[in-house]
Amino acid sequence: MDFTRRETLALGAGAVALTVLPFRVNAAAEDAIAAFTGGAAVADGGVNLTAPEIAENGNTVPISVSAEGATAIMLLAAGNPTPGVATYTFGELAGSAAASTRIRLAGTQDVVAVAKMADGSFAQARSTVKVTIGGCGG
Amino acid sequence: MKFKALTAVAALMVAMPAITLADPDDDTLVLNGETEMVTKAAAPAHMEETGIDTVMSGWHFRNDDTQAMQADDFDNPGMLAVESAIEAWNTVEGEAGKSCASCHGAAEDSMKGIRAVYPKWNETAGELRTLAMQVNDCRTNQMKAEPYKYDSGPMAAMEALISVQSRGMPVNVAIDGPVQAIWEKGKELYYTRTGILELSCASCHEENYGNMIRADHLSQGQINGFPTYRLKNAKLNTVHGRFKGCVRDTRAETYKPGSEEFIALELYVASRGNGLSVEGPSVRN
Amino acid sequence: MADGVKPRVKAPKSASAGEVVTLKTLISHNMESGQRKDKSGNPIPRSIINRFTCEFNGASVIDVKMEPAISTNPYFEFEAKIPEAGDLKFTWYDDDGSVYEETKSIKVG
Repeated sequence: MDFTRRETLALGAGAVALTVLPFRVNAAAEDAIAAFTGGAAVADGGVNLTAPEIAENGNTVPISVSAEGATAIMLLAAGNPTPGVATYTFGELAGSAAASTRIRLAGTQDVVAVAKMADGSFAQARSTVKVTIGGCGG
Repeated sequence: MKFKALTAVAALMVAMPAITLADPDDDTLVLNGETEMVTKAAAPAHMEETGIDTVMSGWHFRNDDTQAMQADDFDNPGMLAVESAIEAWNTVEGEAGKSCASCHGAAEDSMKGIRAVYPKWNETAGELRTLAMQVNDCRTNQMKAEPYKYDSGPMAAMEALISVQSRGMPVNVAIDGPVQAIWEKGKELYYTRTGILELSCASCHEENYGNMIRADHLSQGQINGFPTYRLKNAKLNTVHGRFKGCVRDTRAETYKPGSEEFIALELYVASRGNGLSVEGPSVRN
Repeated sequence: MADGVKPRVKAPKSASAGEVVTLKTLISHNMESGQRKDKSGNPIPRSIINRFTCEFNGASVIDVKMEPAISTNPYFEFEAKIPEAGDLKFTWYDDDGSVYEETKSIKVG
């Protein structure tokens, strides 16, 4: 297949666009988000996700999330075999829309938190966690 | 002289915080907001020839999250095992109709200081005993019960319960008198290279502590924090289980948990931590 | 997995009316993910705690849907508003149908 100069340029531009696009979560994670939001738009900001930059071990990674005014927060590990981690639903006696837990990450990946706000809107935050391989296997 | 150079580099790194990524940190371990632990201490006299002047708990080589997990007993999953061991402590087992408590009463009282001095010479038996050996001696001879498997979950849990009663007390194992020959043997093992990788304990934990081995931060290999809850396998790990893992990782046939070799090695490695606080059950990666 | 599962809860014994308190929970559980294989290469079936709830005097504080990516010995930390004296009730639901419960009373005043 031969490309014209114009086509080659277009391809190059496309490749550049691909590399600069923000990391996209995998299909299963996108499905999980869609199921949670009902397909509504998800804004960035308003969600605080605290995750280590480098996890000392992927088997036990501390993750904290909070979103003022949220009624529920869904936590996803986009690179796990199944992306679901936990969904917190905050009740009338929740002291804050915040929770911490410890999770399993199968490898370096994005952890995503999607918050459902009291007004029905959605917001998200994401954080890349590097999961490393230990010393000589021990 | 290679070590001197490393020490000099280490000293330089302390002086320049910007590049101390791989250095042990200077944090202080305060248990439950109450008990300050000794996690750095002057090296015991017998380590003079190693060039190490400060012995350091493995706690300093872990990241802040892992450190915090150990600093609070509620956050420390190793304490779940301690709770299960309290039940075992009070449970009658074996033909003698006894529990640990039948002879020893409350572990809080009778086990205080025990972890700190083990492995310890038993005059009557004429042998060096690790804590695990002592537990099994009680089980078989006093309780007439089945011994625990040497590096099993119930054994690790019992060791953790006993260790908790000594937390904050300095490790203080004796290395002279009747145990001296065993200690010498342990020392020889510590410096013996094994496996396809030809690594000794010292290759990593004496010559290269503070450096990264791939993505892992090498500690001094201290055992004052054992049994230790590892994030990796989410359970308590015994000293001999860890030794086995290390030797295996040199791609060697390993000694068995409870073997003469590992008992000797445990005494020697424990003695390198004399002066550090007992931390078990600690939390490591 | 119903054997040996022990919940632990850290909650204050007292609070002032309307105070927000921090709660921590830890429960001993393997959380078998369903992703692992045994020594013969056969998949180990999933067996996890799939839901955790906390209520105060019958009103919801938090309701957590849990997936296999939650670590062994599940840990949660969160906050509750304590309007009056009463009982915090913590409940964990196991895949095998087991339910583990723990209650902590809080005084007000």
